[in-house]
Amino acid sequence: MIFLELFWTFFKIGLFTFGGGYAMLPLIQEQVITHSWLTEEAIVNFIAVSESTPGPFAINIATYVGSQVGSAAYDGNFWFAILGSFFATLGVVLPSFIVILLVARFYQQFKSSHTVKGLMTGLKPAAIGLIASAVISMAATVFIPNGFSTAMFKSVELYISAAIFALCVFLVFYKRKKIPPVLIICIAAVLGIATGYAFNL
Amino acid sequence: MSRFKQALKLFLTFFKIGAFTFGGGYAMIPLIQHEVSEKNNWITDEDILEIVAIAESTPGPIAINSATFVGYRVCGVLGSAAATLGVVLPSFIIILAISFVLNAFQSLRAVQYAFMGIRAGVLALVIKALVSMFKKCPKGWVSYIVMAFAVAVGVLTNINVFLIIIISALFGLVTYSVLRRRAEK
Repeated sequence: MIFLELFWTFFKIGLFTFGGGYAMLPLIQEQVITHSWLTEEAIVNFIAVSESTPGPFAINIATYVGSQVGSAAYDGNFWFAILGSFFATLGVVLPSFIVILLVARFYQQFKSSHTVKGLMTGLKPAAIGLIASAVISMAATVFIPNGFSTAMFKSVELYISAAIFALCVFLVFYKRKKIPPVLIICIAAVLGIATGYAFNL
Repeated sequence: MSRFKQALKLFLTFFKIGAFTFGGGYAMIPLIQHEVSEKNNWITDEDILEIVAIAESTPGPIAINSATFVGYRVCGVLGSAAATLGVVLPSFIIILAISFVLNAFQSLRAVQYAFMGIRAGVLALVIKALVSMFKKCPKGWVSYIVMAFAVAVGVLTNINVFLIIIISALFGLVTYSVLRRRAEK
């Protein structure tokens, strides 16, 4: 049953994500790719969509994967896409919901718990290490989508991607003025289109 | 105000928060603060900081954690359900709509070129997020060992990410307890 599978997978992802931002990314990458629900490239594409639309990444990606998987399993049926989104999103939300209800009830114990503090001293750096490893695998998808070989140095795409990446890194870390992510994505898109047509890729 | 009305107000407030924050998570905190403490007086500013601390040390996205927590404080389980549904619904509707549009346009040449550029941009954005997370993380040899372990195992092996997280948590717990016991002596 595909909907149960979506629910259970996203339940586990929700339960094991600690910290905000992209802490969920490594889990999404592993689970979604091993299920062959999305390709790594599609995940990277979707991060851009998520950055340019409201709402947290977790909900956005769960809804998206759910709709893709639901509609693919039933010949692009609209209602099954909604059902898929529903189960995936419910799955990713439920662990937080349950845990927070418990924490709210036993707030004092939770706050002063040394067990929680101890677990967190491992969980925080683990999230960072895992995101770093997700970034490395993303970089491979972005720069060398066809794998590592000597032929990759002949591909024009590699140099274009590297140039756009270098510019975006500069913009992202630009100190004097904070540039919103959506604008960076737009700039990258325009450069992609311009170079794509210019080099007739 | 009746419990039902209170829950409805929570739902609408968090719907608005969900619909107007880009990037989610931490980007949502100032808006939550404005709506929840300044406008509605549901929770004090100090409590907002506590919520962030709790959201960081419990599983799941910060947006969901904060919505559930605020909802519970205001009117129990009903409130937390209303607030959580409210914060989730905008994303759910928007992404569902986009997923159909995206499928329809993905095969266009211009869109493929655009995404080639976008992927390079996204990599830069995620690296930025990683750097700011690193800056916020407490430093020390335990942190560095766990980070190195997670990167190395994540890149070099096929070991399940769940397992890496469990091992790191247990390692944190053990070292924390040992260090604390030593400090007490």
